[in-house]
Amino acid sequence: MNTLPPISLAHPATLVAAVFTPWIALGIALLIGFFASYLTALSWADLTFVLPATAFGNVIVALFARFWLHEAISLERWAGIALITIGVGFVAQGPALTEQPAVELSSDESRAIAASRRVEDPDAVSLTEKEPVQ
Amino acid sequence: MTTSTQSVWSAVAMIACVVICSTIGEVLTAAAMKSIGDLDDIRAHSGLKGAIRAVVTCPLFFAGVGFLALAFFSLLFALNHLNLSLVAPACASLTLVTNAVAGKIFLKENVDRRRWTAAVLVCIGVYLLAH
Repeated sequence: MNTLPPISLAHPATLVAAVFTPWIALGIALLIGFFASYLTALSWADLTFVLPATAFGNVIVALFARFWLHEAISLERWAGIALITIGVGFVAQGPALTEQPAVELSSDESRAIAASRRVEDPDAVSLTEKEPVQ
Repeated sequence: MTTSTQSVWSAVAMIACVVICSTIGEVLTAAAMKSIGDLDDIRAHSGLKGAIRAVVTCPLFFAGVGFLALAFFSLLFALNHLNLSLVAPACASLTLVTNAVAGKIFLKENVDRRRWTAAVLVCIGVYLLAH
């Protein structure tokens, strides 16, 4: 946007024309890709898992700024990068989706379900029936 | 009330508006995507068009996107009145914490100690990066 001439509200058509500039069009396409990926992630993972994970984008932006644009990064910002990386590492170790709470079953109901599973799959072997590893 | 006190309260109100709208938008979008189901499964079953149709026919999704748009315009309004170095870190880091609270309360997500730690670490990290 900095390479374009100043856009005023009196001429909104120039703003529409700016959308078709190659770099801006590429930026919009990448933003659409980000939103599609974000929605897909939200469909199978928790919001509290996805949001800290996407914050890793800030780290990538800072690294691009350092090594591509040759911007100076202060010690404070390196500390920020380290904290975000540790935070993402923390959240990535846990489960992505909250399991729905199991319905409390009485012991009779549990035994009935286990029996029906044995009938459905006669080859299934429970852990207690497994032979010990030699 | 002095002018400086008024300006502090107006800054707090503007940042709070951005954070609240953003949190409502994120929670509604997440609830919409959970109600739709796994998009990878839908795409495998009925193709990309089916997945797009499933998303764009969900009213909750549009409510979420509406609030996210409102948060964006509130951010522009706040940036018009306040410094970028105050608005960007404050909004980015506060939104992470409010989303963790909202996810626990409204989406019934299991925000355990690990997720709280991650949210706080990322929150401080974003603040340091954007400050």
